[in-house]
Amino acid sequence: MREPAWLPWARRIVLSLLALFTLAPVYVMVTSALKPLNDVQGPFHWIPSRLTVRPFVDIWHTVPLGRYFLNSVVVAGTATVCSVVVAVFAAYAVSRYRFAGRRAFTVTVLSTQMFPGILFLLPLFVIYVNIGNLTGVELYASRTGLVITYLTFSLPFSIWMLVGYFDGIPRGLDESAAVDGAGPLRTLLRVVLPAALPGVVAVAVYAFMTAWGEVLFASVMTDDTSRTLPIGLQQYSTEHDVYWNQLMAASLVVSVPVVAGFLALQRHFVAGLTAGAVK
Amino acid sequence: MATLTTPAGGAATTDRSGRSAGRHAGRRRARLDRRRLVPYLMLLPALALELLVHLVPMLYGCWMSLLRLTQFYIRNWSAAPFAGLGNYRASIDVNGAIGGDLLHSFGVTLAFTVLSVGLSWLLGTTAAVLTQHPFRGRGALRTLFLTPYALPVYAAVITWSFLLQRDTGMVNHVLVDQLHLAGDRPFWLIGGNSFGALLAVSVWRSWPFAFLCLTAGLQNVPGELYEAAAVDGAGFGRQLRGITLPMLRPVNQVLVLVLFLWTFNDFNTPYVLFGKAAPRSADLISIHIYQSSFVTWNFGLGSAMSVLLLLFLLVVTGAYLLVTSRRGDA
Amino acid sequence: MTTRRFALFAVALALTTPTVAACGDDQGGSSGSGTTLTYWASNQGTSLDNDRQILRPELDKFTRQTGIKVNLEVIGWPDLLNRILAATTSGKGPDVLNIGNTWSASLQATGALLPFDGTTMSAIGGKDRFLAGSLAATGAPGKDPAAVPLYSLAYGLYYNKKLFAAAGIAEPPKTWDELVADGRKLTHDGQWGLVVEGGNVSENAHHAFTFAQQYGADFFTSGGKAQFDSAGAVAGVKRYIDFMATDKIVNPSAAEYANNQSLADFASGKAAMLLWQAADTTLKAHGMSPDDYGVAPVPFEAPTPPGGRHVDSMVAGINLAVFGNTKHRDAALAFVKFMTGDDEQKALNSTYGSMPTVKAAYADPAFQTPQIKVFQDTLAGSAAPLPAVPEESQFETLVGTAMKNLFADAASGKPITDDYVKGKLTAANQQVHAGG
Repeated sequence: MREPAWLPWARRIVLSLLALFTLAPVYVMVTSALKPLNDVQGPFHWIPSRLTVRPFVDIWHTVPLGRYFLNSVVVAGTATVCSVVVAVFAAYAVSRYRFAGRRAFTVTVLSTQMFPGILFLLPLFVIYVNIGNLTGVELYASRTGLVITYLTFSLPFSIWMLVGYFDGIPRGLDESAAVDGAGPLRTLLRVVLPAALPGVVAVAVYAFMTAWGEVLFASVMTDDTSRTLPIGLQQYSTEHDVYWNQLMAASLVVSVPVVAGFLALQRHFVAGLTAGAVK
Repeated sequence: MATLTTPAGGAATTDRSGRSAGRHAGRRRARLDRRRLVPYLMLLPALALELLVHLVPMLYGCWMSLLRLTQFYIRNWSAAPFAGLGNYRASIDVNGAIGGDLLHSFGVTLAFTVLSVGLSWLLGTTAAVLTQHPFRGRGALRTLFLTPYALPVYAAVITWSFLLQRDTGMVNHVLVDQLHLAGDRPFWLIGGNSFGALLAVSVWRSWPFAFLCLTAGLQNVPGELYEAAAVDGAGFGRQLRGITLPMLRPVNQVLVLVLFLWTFNDFNTPYVLFGKAAPRSADLISIHIYQSSFVTWNFGLGSAMSVLLLLFLLVVTGAYLLVTSRRGDA
Repeated sequence: MTTRRFALFAVALALTTPTVAACGDDQGGSSGSGTTLTYWASNQGTSLDNDRQILRPELDKFTRQTGIKVNLEVIGWPDLLNRILAATTSGKGPDVLNIGNTWSASLQATGALLPFDGTTMSAIGGKDRFLAGSLAATGAPGKDPAAVPLYSLAYGLYYNKKLFAAAGIAEPPKTWDELVADGRKLTHDGQWGLVVEGGNVSENAHHAFTFAQQYGADFFTSGGKAQFDSAGAVAGVKRYIDFMATDKIVNPSAAEYANNQSLADFASGKAAMLLWQAADTTLKAHGMSPDDYGVAPVPFEAPTPPGGRHVDSMVAGINLAVFGNTKHRDAALAFVKFMTGDDEQKALNSTYGSMPTVKAAYADPAFQTPQIKVFQDTLAGSAAPLPAVPEESQFETLVGTAMKNLFADAASGKPITDDYVKGKLTAANQQVHAGG
């Protein structure tokens, strides 16, 4: 493309400013995590005068972060796997079959994106407790309950993205598989799914991020044994003090896995979005 | 989309036909029925989960909105007196304290959402267009831009609240100590400026998503279009208006809607930034409803407000889809 | 289709009907060894982990004595009320729990807590063991207490001895005028006379209560009706805001303090005075030596305004409650008896820097220090409980938030007039009524 002379300069300036905007908080997070408590409570300085790794040591016993970390890994991991499986089947049905209620299903599922969490937090909680009382399957204050909640949170967007992706895969593939005698399940698993892998990765990334960061429901639906990381982070602010340096260090520890994972898979995420959201 | 009832077509029935001719027809019908069931079976898990986590609780919430569900009754909801539309009346009575505050909060939320979505879209588009063509370091820059989107919300917003502290924050250090833009240190987390602070945090968190979608959208624009335009002598501006933006229309349609819904319902950002009592100028509706129900334990009223919010969003979304898809068809 | 829909509906109905877990049969059946109690403790120490370390040995002692195991969960304040709400709604909660004593009447109204009637009270050693002041903040007057006091606290005026000496002030102020005069002397070169926690809603509401009392105002009528904007309430709230707005003895930054930054300011000498309860542990953590500060009673308005009361603190503290749905009532009461016993009261309160709620514990030399005496006298003579009405939490939220906004206005130089304060309080008041 022919570019006017000003464009490279405009690009440099604009992109640099955006990079600054994006990076500044991350920079502060990292440097503050390396400062002693007195320094983060005093006036701000760009360059830390004293560096210490103590906050990274302290975070593990100020708050039982290790246990919360394990909870988050288990909850977000399981929710992701389940969400992907459920979404794949639902999206395949919507994409490949014409059936009564198809439109109603899509519209309903998508409209759940509009539900304010505040509206159904308490009812959901009561339902979980009742299920526990009736069946003995403990959903309240258990990781299972969180898994179910979180996987459903990511479901609408996931289904919608995958429908778009499946729609983009030629129907001829399915048909030739059927001619070879494959049933719907085999067709989906052996033929369509491999072709839709980027879409599936995108959905998985989205589901994981949703479950990893959720605050509101976790604050009501967990107890000490099932508590997840975002709630753990709040505990660095205690009756006495806010341990800003530890809070920043813990935030960093919490962020690194998901940011690293996301950035590593972002290529697929973009590809999945291209086909899904942008069909 | 082709009208295809089954992926298998008619072939499968003959392949695996039964041994006895007499049972053939019956089996065939059974198999047909089973095939009709296939999509429902595939939907079943998703449907069950949606019912359990979203739909039934939502209907339940609607029912709560008709009750005087205060602290006296939360232990035994069935004893809560039926309030009819009383909670709704209190919510929409703009002359009363509750309705007036709700209206104010609604206005703040609307302004906040429009600005946040608009700015996120603008930054996203700018960055996507500027990184459309390869240059050194483009990959690294893209990765950097996406970081805020990947950060867990609590970690990101609590960091911002640290930056926005009056005496010890980075923002005032830059504005006052380094750039000397203000004589007196401004407050960001209380008072009138908190709206701006909230907006900045929200845009910081959501523009990467716009950038991501628009970058994806731009990858679908065939390069030949630009080449042809260049041959015709179209400059950067004309290519932008003539090719890039029109080609991004379908992305934009979805992107703006998704951003709108996420921003409008955003609870985490104001909650982590301001705590349970948001400053009046940044009193977003989600936090307002939280205060009206969870802090004061008046769940009937909070539910009524939530239902009104939901209705508003349904109407807006419906109208938006109607308008944008009609324009798209024309 | 219709039957299926109906079935769905029926299931939905079954699932959404909150169970009032019908108890009453084998209540109190289980006690003694083999039982495990769940105890929700609130955050009193420097971190949740610190609380666990402090409480665990005591709980083990209880287990050795009775054979009853205690499953401890320490819950941070931001979470505690939501967790109690969840427990109340579902009937699924702990056996024993800590509550902020100002929540007593609100939680009592839900019916979720076991009332301490005559028999229950005697099971834990009787009413008379407790300080009368602390016992006043355990529920609505005329009803059986919903909890018993566990840790007692009162407000005091913390002052920095060195800064006072440097400014030539011989003794701590006894009236607000003296406090302002001293504050002016102490305010110079980045140092301030007083510090407040202006962004902290509850802290604001506590002061609103005390100041309004000194001006003869109650936030609720005797009939339990909210009246946030009476002349006395306006005057009281304005007196408190004016420390920043007109007297200028408070750093405007304090308007956004909500996470105990005031303690850090006081400890580092940036502020010379502080109105606080049990600040010792934190001040020590900030590196301030106990010799460097003193504690005096909170000042009064002089001359006493018409109708003004001799109140300079709320009855602050933490209560211990038994959850009504507990299946281990006797064990739970045994635990309450243990925690409010003389030995535990001495041990825990001296660790946390709070005060015992039972009279006998004060014989211990640990509670004979001049500082503790100040708090003890305050509790005995000039502290009053926050209004014990179910809407108390609304009062804290609404009035505290109004004051947070007033501080924000004051910090940005907006004039704070009587009418302006009244307007904010009236708006807060309307929210209570319309809510019901």
